[in-house]
Amino acid sequence: MDRSADTDSDGAKGAKGTPRDEAPGAHGTGRDRFNAYLAGLIFSTILTLASFWSASTGAIYGPGVPILLGVLAIAQMGVHLVFFLHISSAPDQVNNFLALAFGVFVVGLIVFGSMLIMANLNHMMVPMDKLMQMQR
Amino acid sequence: MLGRLTWNAIPWSEPIPLITAGVIGLALASIIGLILWRGWLPYLWREWITSTDHKRIGVLYCGLALVMLVRGFSDAIMMRAQLALAANGAPGYLPPDHYNQIFSAHGTIMIFFVAMPFVVGLMNFAVPLQIGARDVAFPVLNAVSFWLTAAGVLLVNVSLVVGEFARTGWLAYPPLSETAFSPGVGVDYYLWSLQISGLGTLLSGINLVVTILKLRAPGMGYMRMPVFVWTALASNLLIVAAFPVLTATFAMLLLDRYCDFHFFTIGSGGNPMMYINLIWIWGHPEVYILILPGFGIFSEVIATFSGKPLFGYRSMVAATMVICVLSFMVWLHHFFTMGAGANVNAFFGVMTMVIAVPTGVKVFNWLFTMYGGSIRFEVPMLWAIGFIVTFVIGGATGVLLAIPPADFVLHNSLFLIAHFHNTAIGGVLFGAMAGYTYWFPKAFGFKLEERLGKAVFWCWLIGFYLAFMPLYVLGLMGATRRMQHYDNPDWQPLMILAFAGAVLILLGIALTALQLYVSIRTRDKRRDTTGDPWIGRTLEWSIPSPPPAWNFAVLPQVDALDAWWVEKQRRHDGTEAAAARPFVPFHLPRPNPTGFAAAFCAVVTGFALIWHIWWMALIGLAGLAAVGLRQAWQTDTEIEIEAEDVERFERAHLAGAAA
Amino acid sequence: MSVAGTPIEEIPLSLRGPAPTRVLVGYGFWLFLLSDIIIFGVFFAAYAVLSGETAGGPTGPQLFDHGRVLIETACLLASSFTCGMMAIAADRRARAGTYFWAIVTMALGATFLSLELAEFAHMAAIGAVPQRSAFLSSFFTLVGTHGLHVTTGLLWLAVMLAQIATLGFSPAVQRRLLCFSLFWHALDIVWVGVFSIVYLGAH
Repeated sequence: MDRSADTDSDGAKGAKGTPRDEAPGAHGTGRDRFNAYLAGLIFSTILTLASFWSASTGAIYGPGVPILLGVLAIAQMGVHLVFFLHISSAPDQVNNFLALAFGVFVVGLIVFGSMLIMANLNHMMVPMDKLMQMQR
Repeated sequence: MLGRLTWNAIPWSEPIPLITAGVIGLALASIIGLILWRGWLPYLWREWITSTDHKRIGVLYCGLALVMLVRGFSDAIMMRAQLALAANGAPGYLPPDHYNQIFSAHGTIMIFFVAMPFVVGLMNFAVPLQIGARDVAFPVLNAVSFWLTAAGVLLVNVSLVVGEFARTGWLAYPPLSETAFSPGVGVDYYLWSLQISGLGTLLSGINLVVTILKLRAPGMGYMRMPVFVWTALASNLLIVAAFPVLTATFAMLLLDRYCDFHFFTIGSGGNPMMYINLIWIWGHPEVYILILPGFGIFSEVIATFSGKPLFGYRSMVAATMVICVLSFMVWLHHFFTMGAGANVNAFFGVMTMVIAVPTGVKVFNWLFTMYGGSIRFEVPMLWAIGFIVTFVIGGATGVLLAIPPADFVLHNSLFLIAHFHNTAIGGVLFGAMAGYTYWFPKAFGFKLEERLGKAVFWCWLIGFYLAFMPLYVLGLMGATRRMQHYDNPDWQPLMILAFAGAVLILLGIALTALQLYVSIRTRDKRRDTTGDPWIGRTLEWSIPSPPPAWNFAVLPQVDALDAWWVEKQRRHDGTEAAAARPFVPFHLPRPNPTGFAAAFCAVVTGFALIWHIWWMALIGLAGLAAVGLRQAWQTDTEIEIEAEDVERFERAHLAGAAA
Repeated sequence: MSVAGTPIEEIPLSLRGPAPTRVLVGYGFWLFLLSDIIIFGVFFAAYAVLSGETAGGPTGPQLFDHGRVLIETACLLASSFTCGMMAIAADRRARAGTYFWAIVTMALGATFLSLELAEFAHMAAIGAVPQRSAFLSSFFTLVGTHGLHVTTGLLWLAVMLAQIATLGFSPAVQRRLLCFSLFWHALDIVWVGVFSIVYLGAH
């Protein structure tokens, strides 16, 4: 196909966003990328240890633990996306970000929608003994 | 040695499948014999079977769909005949066991192996042409996708001869589809053929999304894309998001059946309702996957044959993307009666009504496009007008069913059957036929015969109303779906009317075949020498019919919506004669047997898994790995096309057009 | 509106015409990964709905060992980092560096898998098999599918080493290494969900 100067860079020449837009290490030198991976590793380690700690300690209000775990998990997924996968709001990343948003939307619907619906169905289910009574 | 496969798998004692299998076998043998005797095999292998050209693959998909339409429809007319006969104690001619397989096969084939391939084929053919591209983003993957779909088709057809098909309906609800209640191979045929073709569909979805977002011609921004491309984008985004749900849900049912897991079993904590919930999370987006490209085709056809730009382009685009998102938020309306509370039912009922609004926007846009235009009643336009009337009726009954209390009365009645056939036939099939007629001259260089085309349309239109309007009445009278006989004699006259409608549709299908034959025999009378037989508005009409392998000699530089119409205006007005841009060399993908080989291994693996022939399954998987590794080490994958070759072709084409 | 002579930086991305192959492959593979994550989403949903259905059999807290899961997590996280190191070496076309970091990644992945297999074997030994209850069916499917993906990844990485050895750092090989990196990082993202919801979330 005629691809304009099939470069190895992401997007055609000059597609880079401003330094503010880009994910750490998205383009540029090995040094930048190394720092991005290192930062990602450190943040992820901290978040992982925080998760394991919060699950085993008694210091946190019980019913709040699942929520905290959820928040820490989402934060760590975000760290992975930004530091390892270089997702950002830069112009050449817009399609990637939109696809991710759509995927997250669908997964959220599937998981939370299913949980809500199945809980509602189970709640509305006639108790087994009453059900057996109705059969007679 | 051969798992649970024995000679008894062939239905020696059942005349209908046996004779059908015999006829099909004879037909296949004749065709293969003809090909070998005439020496067509090298040509077919090089130009079609190993083709990576989106135009060829699109034609293959549509051809597959039309062939499977015959099989799916024969299931339908058998059911209609049975119901016309089996009133008030009469047994009819189809035993219940057989009838159950027929309605299951009918639904499965029509959705997965007629509607999906037809729609995917038309998108494959037309989208790259409309965006000014040379091919899709991943041509070899495109071939793999087609051949995996064909593999699924083969397995479903083998089930007619070797073994049986599912008796569970087209969605195979547990617990009926679990091993305890369906111990035979039927459900396994269903599951494996759909897993294989489903993978093909997913890969095709990814391919077309990347193509539309990343391969458009220079200058074609998003708001300069034809509406068909927007609907194709929405449809393929839905494919990428929804088909994984089907794959995962079927995987869980397969684990239940093969490895004794307890996702959906009765007992040990399983929950069959979870299957129904998950399968409809896929199922509702699926119907939008099918209808959106149909909407896109009608947008193109109505604008072209009214001689006006499409009314309300921006609202069309907005409506399309809104439908895309909302289609994921209505799925519970397929199981209002499963026992959710009033609040949950009400939410989904309201959402279902909301999703009718953007569709209504589209209908008004089509009507406003026609208003004030000079309408040409060519065959594609007939399909469009038939669609507007028919689909609105079907949509209205859908909004009626969206009211949970109404649905409690009408769920799984013939009213429901009438509703979804109303939208599927009126929308998807009419759209496919319109697209088939509209793009046929571009694909083959000559138009289809018009009079027969009009006859086909009228047979389908009248046949549809005759076949399905009685079903609305029957549903309101209490008739349910999937019944093999009934005892209320008042229903029989309506069933007979429905059968008459089916016969008319049968005539329509026969005429479609006749039309193709006649059109080919008399093609010189209807040659398309200009490439623009319909006075079109979009880029596919700017290239010769049929297009060269590379589609565009020079990639178009686009600066407006309806780029070809604007270009024609400029040439007519003599303004701004486009500076002749130089021909440049480029690469095209070589033909590649990977798709065919992968599908062959998939069929072997699927068949082996169905019959529990584990060693054969391992060989099939090893074959797949080998095909993949061979492809990975292919380095000579492209043909270089020189600028001189392109120039020579263009000059010859212009000379032919002038003649 | 003529484009001739306009510097390319001023043309919006959506108007520049066909994108380079690397962009196509990267985006296509990203979409494939998202579809894979939706498959995992369905398995997560099934687990969420069925995790309470133990049918009188073993429950999560009875079976799960947080210590082992922490080590598994460490292995996978470290392997994401070493995969990044491999990507940097591959970009510089440094064969030795690429091989080294690839092998370290494989070793960490293999360690993860062996710990997971040991866990499954232990559970099987005490009768906590997927056939026992819906909870166990959904647990083994969710975690097992992730493990299958890790296995596939290791096989893929081995094939990539063979490709580098025979085809060098051709553009096609570089694109495939990019895809592998995306895949490997995405697997770690899924694992974050798994250890948070399945192991730590069990009560």
